[in-house]
Amino acid sequence: MSWFSLRRLRALLSKEIIQMRRDRVTFAMMLGVPLMQLLLFGYAINNYPKHLPAALVAPTQDRFTRAMVSALELTGYYDFTHTTASAAEADSLIARGEVAFVVTIPSDFGQRVERGDNPQILIEADATDPSVASGAISTLGKVAEGALSREIGRDAIPAPVNIVVHRRYNPEGITQYNIIPGLMGVILQMILVMMTSMALTRESERGTMENLLAMPATPLEIMLGKIIPYMCVGAVQVAVVLLVARGLFGVPFVGSFGLLAGGIFAFVLSMVILGYLISTMARTQMQAMQLAFFFFLPSLMLSGFMFPFRGMPGWAQMLGECFPLTHFLRLIRGVMLKGANHADVAQPIAALAVFVLIFGALALSRFRQTLD
Amino acid sequence: MNVIEVQGLTKSFGTRKVVDDVSLTVEKGEIAGFLGPNGSGKTTCIRMMCGLLTPDAGHGRVLGHDILREQRQIKLQVGYMTQKFSFYEDLSIRENLNFVAGLYGLPPDAVRDTLEDLGLTSRRDQLAGSLSGGWKQRLALAACIMHKPQLLMLDEPTAGVDPKARREFWDEIHELSARGLTVLVSTHYMDEAERCHRINYIAYGRLVAHGTVGQVIRDAGLATYTVETDRPGLVARQLAGAPGVDQVAPFGTTLHVTGTDPAALEAALREAGVAWQPSETSLEDVFIRLMEQSQDNMT
Repeated sequence: MSWFSLRRLRALLSKEIIQMRRDRVTFAMMLGVPLMQLLLFGYAINNYPKHLPAALVAPTQDRFTRAMVSALELTGYYDFTHTTASAAEADSLIARGEVAFVVTIPSDFGQRVERGDNPQILIEADATDPSVASGAISTLGKVAEGALSREIGRDAIPAPVNIVVHRRYNPEGITQYNIIPGLMGVILQMILVMMTSMALTRESERGTMENLLAMPATPLEIMLGKIIPYMCVGAVQVAVVLLVARGLFGVPFVGSFGLLAGGIFAFVLSMVILGYLISTMARTQMQAMQLAFFFFLPSLMLSGFMFPFRGMPGWAQMLGECFPLTHFLRLIRGVMLKGANHADVAQPIAALAVFVLIFGALALSRFRQTLD
Repeated sequence: MNVIEVQGLTKSFGTRKVVDDVSLTVEKGEIAGFLGPNGSGKTTCIRMMCGLLTPDAGHGRVLGHDILREQRQIKLQVGYMTQKFSFYEDLSIRENLNFVAGLYGLPPDAVRDTLEDLGLTSRRDQLAGSLSGGWKQRLALAACIMHKPQLLMLDEPTAGVDPKARREFWDEIHELSARGLTVLVSTHYMDEAERCHRINYIAYGRLVAHGTVGQVIRDAGLATYTVETDRPGLVARQLAGAPGVDQVAPFGTTLHVTGTDPAALEAALREAGVAWQPSETSLEDVFIRLMEQSQDNMT
């Protein structure tokens, strides 16, 4: 027998190709997923986000204020979505994460410019994700001076504008403060979805599904029986991550613990049910694993964990909204770093609840009580 | 009321018709054999009757419950033993029984009693996966009668089990039947078929014969002769294909020669110049004949 035979090789190849073709899901994923992700992430990721929503607090609307506002908008970094005279309202906007900046132009701004008396602007940036704010802040000095000199006239040299920057919630711009709470979401997502996605496929592969179905257990019971153990696993993981976050990284913990626990519960529930949903779709454990990964990557990239959410184009942000992780990140950063209250995180909690309901309903409707 | 009464069960997988218009009646307390070669649709039939598969056509009742609409009630009153061991190999014997008892809402005593009946009390913590074939089969049977079903459906329960364990298993089945349990058991062993009260023979998805063993043999209308010869191979070749000879099967130094027309068969034997004498037609002869017939019908 020779060490190599073209015929044997051809037999092996055709066998592999037939098997590959039979496993349609894997085949589609092998071809489709790299292409899709290349396109998706290639366009979506932007570490220097522009057009960030900002709130303007300007009690007076004189020409210098207007000049400053339009100059800031022209930089492309700021989109003034809210204008208010109330500092408290602006404060709640930034706590809820609706705006990334609050620009406060004090009422005596115009007078000071005319007097040549160091006018001041206060910029409060949501620094929970430090890279979001950095670009917008770095250009400020030049922009302000340019705007004022145009407004005053060519010859006059305006007094330098005193720009006060407050990096809110994360004054030192420590990346870990942003990363660690997010990482909790990522870890929970990875492990829980992966484990539960095997739940039913393992039964089918080992032949125990037939027996399970022949006995009187309802689809909901089977689902709960599968997901509850993993909820406990999730609880342990949460405890570990929180301890490490506090102990090793010194991540501040300013919010309500009850609120945090509630949010984490909703997220963990959505993840295990998603995993279970995957297991109702996959035929083998291998397929389940592949489907889980197919979900992980975009979720990781588009949720705002790896790259600033606001840096992505609108369509990518829309896609990002479809991942529970996105909402969980808002929630956990809000509660842990900003001390957000119930009203502030009502929206992400509601979103997570919607995911739980949708995934649960899909999983139950996909579950086959027969072997058909 | 009959325990099983189904009409016209039909099921296709893709373009292949696996079960074709099968009607079946099983009376209370009887042991009904479900026979047929591998791949003849026995398992699919059983699955349809216990609510695990939805028939494409047909209807009927199992224990008085509609097989299309009342699968849940059927599941509660039927004990179904799958062909392949389908309890959890990574669970111990007791854990498996606890699981079953839990699903049927049985008291904890049920598990203890079952362990004792099985004689497994001392090995209750052994993993089910480490049991031998015979013990796995006993565990599976015990687990599916624990909830005291009225009907047992056993799908090739003795495949891969040694003769002694098989004998014990059948004794157990007869004992259960004597207590009023109805049993439908599929098999392709002829000796097991003969231990059933009535048999149903299915080939290529169609029910081709049913009745008691004697009836099935009589209905086949076969004549069988045994031929004593010291050169069975040669004579078998000579007889095979001769007019009137349907089957020639060597058994040691004798040949079983079977045909539907006794006169033609005797003529063929005379032609061959061998000594022969009339004999009983066996169930096996009938089944092979039935199988060949339905194969001809298929092509």
